[in-house]
Amino acid sequence: MNDNILLKVDGAPSLEELKAAGMLPSIDELKGRGCVCIECIEEIPCNPCETSCPQNAITVGNPITNLPMIDRTKCSLCGLCIPACPGLAITIKSMDGESARIRFPWEYYPLPGKGEIVDMVDRMGKVVCKGKVLAVSNSSSNNRTAVITAEFPSAFIQEVISIRRNYG
Amino acid sequence: MERDNKPAVVIGAGPAGLCAAIELKKAGAPVILMDENSKPGGQLFKQIHKFFGSREHKAGVRGFDIGKELLEESMTSGIDVRLNTEVVGIGQGLSIWAVENRTHAYTMDAAKIIIAAGATENALSFPGWTLPGVMTAGCAQTLINVHRVLPGRRVLMVGSGNVGVIVAYQLLQAGAEVAAVIEAAPQLGGYGVHTAKVRRAGVPFYISTTVAKAEGVECVEHAVIVKVDSKFKPIEGTERMLDVDTICIAIGLTPSIELAGLAGCKMIYVPELGGNMPLHDEYMQTSIPSIYVAGDIAGVEEASTAMEEGRLAGIHAAWSMGFLSEQEMLAKTDIARQRLLALRQGMFGFKRLSAKERIVLQGKSR
Repeated sequence: MNDNILLKVDGAPSLEELKAAGMLPSIDELKGRGCVCIECIEEIPCNPCETSCPQNAITVGNPITNLPMIDRTKCSLCGLCIPACPGLAITIKSMDGESARIRFPWEYYPLPGKGEIVDMVDRMGKVVCKGKVLAVSNSSSNNRTAVITAEFPSAFIQEVISIRRNYG
Repeated sequence: MERDNKPAVVIGAGPAGLCAAIELKKAGAPVILMDENSKPGGQLFKQIHKFFGSREHKAGVRGFDIGKELLEESMTSGIDVRLNTEVVGIGQGLSIWAVENRTHAYTMDAAKIIIAAGATENALSFPGWTLPGVMTAGCAQTLINVHRVLPGRRVLMVGSGNVGVIVAYQLLQAGAEVAAVIEAAPQLGGYGVHTAKVRRAGVPFYISTTVAKAEGVECVEHAVIVKVDSKFKPIEGTERMLDVDTICIAIGLTPSIELAGLAGCKMIYVPELGGNMPLHDEYMQTSIPSIYVAGDIAGVEEASTAMEEGRLAGIHAAWSMGFLSEQEMLAKTDIARQRLLALRQGMFGFKRLSAKERIVLQGKSR
């Protein structure tokens, strides 16, 4: 019934599954200005990414269970789709030499502070490297989904998805 | 057409009931909305996550904000909302028997009845399941999102459907730790985007696994989980202990059909939608003319589908009471149906769509 085996066993997709779904940008695509990464590999009825995009760079179409397609030539990397995605499945990644950046959605308190050193995690929640918070955006249009920008070593650009949550 | 001046009575002020009442009121029909709770909104005010769907389904809007919008709409349109009012019976000739504030009982004749009573969470019994700390996922969600109380520090979630995974995420947001999400089936049930956000927070998922027992003196101190075979039998020697003080059960819901049963509505058994439920046609009419069902009572789905089913029932009831022309009714019905169809697509929606089609096929020939 389902080709996304690890997604349905571990809860998160593997890099291979993302690649097979056409949702893992290549290192070349990530270099320079970078690109939007949408990790939405199941057909669920959902299209706010499409309607949030001022450039019409994301297409879901009809039926709304289609997987989102991104036209990278149209994308301005504005990042409005990041907090718009109810599945928190969109990030923007870029790399320049040894350094990489990620902009990702965040819905936990406390919010990290600008300049804070944080643990970067992979899709399984494993800490893979340290990173530094460059910006925290939580404007009212985000509807309570903050968008964090963090910097980390570019060797981990494919693995990194978020930061470790602090609690307790 | 003669207009019926007796009111339409909508039972249950969750997403389905609110939308049904709003459609009736918009058409100008007299409508009374009853709910046993002290606040309307059903489960919507516990839903702090952003909804899926498209703009028409309020995608991207958080559940409690959708609840607020519906509530405002019902208040400004002047719907007679009766809270703390439990409907305990439906008699011959569409007579409603209601109890207000647990003290004052009265009866009332309705022109139409829309039952939007929702669903009840399924329980799971295992040694230790009566210890304080074992609760349904909905209970934990009510505690954290309505009462702002953390039920425990470290939680085991039993069940990986959307309810289990969403509540696990909300427990993390509320400041708890989630020790694991376990699933008896050989694959996870919920949307991948939901499981992925819980997984990246470091929460492990264990498939083919169930809870063997909960142990503790005065409350849950730990849980023992165990692998199960393809027939869901525990595999000896695979037990492991998890340090948790809370065990949440999210293994599905069953339509709350008591009132429909009392009224004599014919039932149909549809396991993929939660068990027994009233047979209904494409307008949400049951086997008893003038009694409608909408939302989880008509098959467990989600708030987005419940809202559209509520609209379908409200629109048809308004038409049959003489408050909408047939043309208006058909046009409005068509819009609601298109939206429902959009929500029942894809690998997750397909099963629900075919189950719903089965009900309607039998419901038409009632």
